[in-house]
Parts: sequence; C-alpha cells; structure tokens
Amino acid sequence: MLKVTEELELGNLHEKIASLIPRGYRFVTMTAVDAVDHFDIFYHFDLQFELNTFLLKLPKEQSLPSISHICFAALLVENEIQDLFGITVTDLVIDYKKSFILAQDAPVKPFCKVPGVGVSVLEKTAEGEKK
Amino acid sequence: MSMLVPFGPQHPVLPEPLQLRLEISDEQVISAVPVIGYVHRGLEKLAEQKDFVQDVFLLERVCGICSFIHSMTYCMGIEEMMSLSVPPRANYLRVVWSELHRMHSHLLALGLLADSFGFENLFYQLWRVREHVMDAMEYTSGARVMLGTCCIGGVRKDINKEQADFVLRKLSDVEKELRTLTPVLLEDYSVKVRLVGVGRLDPKQALTDGAVGPTLRGSGVSYDFRSTGYAAYRELEFSPVVEKGGDCYARTKVRINEVYQSISLVRRALGHLPDSELKTPLKGNPSGEVAVRAEQPRGEVLYYLRANGTDKLDRIRVRTPTFANIAPLLHMIKGCALADVAMIILSIDPCISCTER
Repeated sequence: MLKVTEELELGNLHEKIASLIPRGYRFVTMTAVDAVDHFDIFYHFDLQFELNTFLLKLPKEQSLPSISHICFAALLVENEIQDLFGITVTDLVIDYKKSFILAQDAPVKPFCKVPGVGVSVLEKTAEGEKK
Repeated sequence: MSMLVPFGPQHPVLPEPLQLRLEISDEQVISAVPVIGYVHRGLEKLAEQKDFVQDVFLLERVCGICSFIHSMTYCMGIEEMMSLSVPPRANYLRVVWSELHRMHSHLLALGLLADSFGFENLFYQLWRVREHVMDAMEYTSGARVMLGTCCIGGVRKDINKEQADFVLRKLSDVEKELRTLTPVLLEDYSVKVRLVGVGRLDPKQALTDGAVGPTLRGSGVSYDFRSTGYAAYRELEFSPVVEKGGDCYARTKVRINEVYQSISLVRRALGHLPDSELKTPLKGNPSGEVAVRAEQPRGEVLYYLRANGTDKLDRIRVRTPTFANIAPLLHMIKGCALADVAMIILSIDPCISCTER
C-alpha cells in the first residue's frame, strides 16, 4: 500500500523538494487527486528502487507553486494538472496556459469531482437529451 | 539570428503526432518546446467509470506496443490492494509475455531508427525479424498485440508444451537473424557517423531530468525496475543492460542487447515453468491506495490507484515512460544539428498515444 513519506506544507514545499535532488532522489511524477474538499498532490521520487511519496493537501481555489525551476522534469505533469483539474500552477518554466493536453472543445476540469463541473455536466446534458 | 522551426506534428519519421518548436540558429538547435495534446483519449477518466475488472482490458489499450505490461502493472496494483498472491506459474507466464512484448517493441524501435537515417533495407529487415515475435505471441494467446491474457490474480491462459516449443523455435530464428543484423547496426561506418556522439545525455542530467529505460541506462545508470524481482524476475536472476556513451548509439546498443537478454529470459522462464494454478480467485472489491511500478520496453511505468471499496476506482493515474523521457529529450536536442533531431527523438522510442492516454 502507498506510504506517504512526509506531508508537506505550501510554506516548505520548495525547500523540501530542493533538498531531495542533491541527495540522489529521481523525480518520478506527480499525482493529483480530487478529495472533494481539497486536492491531494502527491510528489513521487525514487531512491534506489524505493518510492518516496510526499503529500501536499492543497485547499481548493488556492494555486499550486510550481517546482519546475527546481526539478525541470515536473514541468509537463504540472501543466497536465492545470488542464485536468483546473488548478492554477504558478511560476511554471513553460506555461501552456491550460491548453497542454486537452483539445479546445474538451470538458473543463474533467478530473474534478465537483458536481456540475466538467464531465458531470456533459453526462447531465446527455441524459437530458435522452429524455 | 535565430528562427522558429515547427518539427511535427506530421513528420515523415514520426509515427505519431508530436511537435517540437525548435529555435534554430545556423542549423543548430538553441532550444525546443514540446507540444502534445493531438491524440488525448481520456483513458484515465474512462477507467474511473468502468469497474475494476473491466479496467484490465481498458488499460491494456493505453499502449498498442507494450500493452501486456500495462495490464500486468494495473493487476499488480489491484492484487496489492486486495492482498492477492499470484501463483508461481502465472508469474513465469507474465515474464514470458512481458519479454515477448519488449522484444517486438525494441525491434520496432530499432527499425524506425534505421528508417530515420535513411537505411530502409535495415528497417525492413528488423521488422521482418519482429514478425517471429508476433507469431510467438499469436500462437500463445490468439492475438498479436492485445493479448488479453493477464487478469487480476494471475493469467487467463496457459502455455502448453507444444506452444512453448513453438516459441523457442521462433526465438532461435530471432536470435539467428538478429546476429546477422547487429553488426550492421553497431559497426557500419554510415550508421556510426549518424549515431555516435549525437544527442548526448550525461548520467547526472539523466537522473535530474527523471529519464527512464534505455534512455537512462544508455547514459550509464544501472536502473531497471526488473532488478526488484517483481513477477518471476528474482528467480530468473535478472541484471540490467547498461552502456556508458549517453548518445544515440549507446541507447541503440542497450536495446539490441536487451533483445538478446529477453530471449534468454524467455528461454529460462519456459524451461522452468512451475506447476501451479493459473490464478487466485477474486473476492470483493479493492480499497486503499497503491503506487506500483514495472519496467516497460521504454522504461519504468507507474500506476497510482485509489479505491473506495466499491467496484469502481476513485482515481487511476498512469505515468508512462515516454512522458518521463520528454524532459531529458529537450536537453539532448539542445545544441544538436537540425538534421539530427529526428534520430534523437527516435532514440528515446517515443510513444505518444501512451503519453497522452
């Protein structure tokens, strides 16, 4: 089962991530999950085949500071999170302005579980059309 | 003075749509910005709407090349959540099909690389060799790529003696024919001129950028997730293939040697197939969260799964190897000649459908 190595705060996020790279941690990826009242942002790093996962609980409507200036590899996944969850990621090395992976006519914030937003809107519309 | 050159999304050497916006000065690349999103399929979202057993088939379709390893990694995640142990024979069979996939993926990638520097004959020869592997997969599963043989708790199909003999005969053909092609790929003057010293990535940069698979091992880093011994790799005494050059040539050499290594692994696995059940029966629904990894032909894949005790998962996240290799690619391309861009891209063996899921 997934073990969270450490829970991070917005205040110590950069400091913590910056301390991992010189110690040989390899950035694996980030995972965002909509936990209804907040977003769980997981930072996965590998050290000698062991997965170290750091968790940031991001309040909704709050922006996420990018780590791409510390860890360039995070650039793409942070842009993907912007697209899929509608989270604003600040200070990205390259900001695709929420048009990184989704088409222009794609649902907005499709991975958010907020009722009435994203895919649920499309589902509702489709049901309405059936009636 | 610099100018902007769009490389792709439609380009003769790119099998899938990827664009690199290249800033060029005197035929030399100053910087590159990747643009994807042409084939995003929303599979992660779709997987949340299917039940966790249907997801085995859905997630197998994340990639049309290393499909079996996708379904296996997902199954490993569910098995961990449900504390299901996989029978020994199923673990060996998982290795057999995984390595067959690795072989056909590497042969496909090597062929495309040969095509990128204009060696069409070599391209055809490598793909002809690949057909033996496709035949082996078809004979054991009934399908060439989407095998559908992995299931939660084990595997759905067995490999009998006659099928095992067929696979071994096909592997002998692959080995024999690849032995005649290897010197062309590794020693031919023209090929070496195009590959040696091109697209260099030093080990430190490779680790910092999160490179995986042959891209990482070609830079001298001995990292292959099969070393952890998942499935039956521990019993089969696996050790990674590593090259130190850090260039297109080193990455090519890693792939060639990994094909030989896969042949050896399949022979050992089929030679020591244990007698056991094929799968452990499944009861109930998964709950909790896991992050599981496995080694695909292009590198390490990660599946994050969060379950809630129902038959549908809350979140499925797939980090494919090409997604991880795009950041290192940007560093490889920096400073290279415009004419080398195509080969450098193909040296990471990009899979854009995987990347966009």
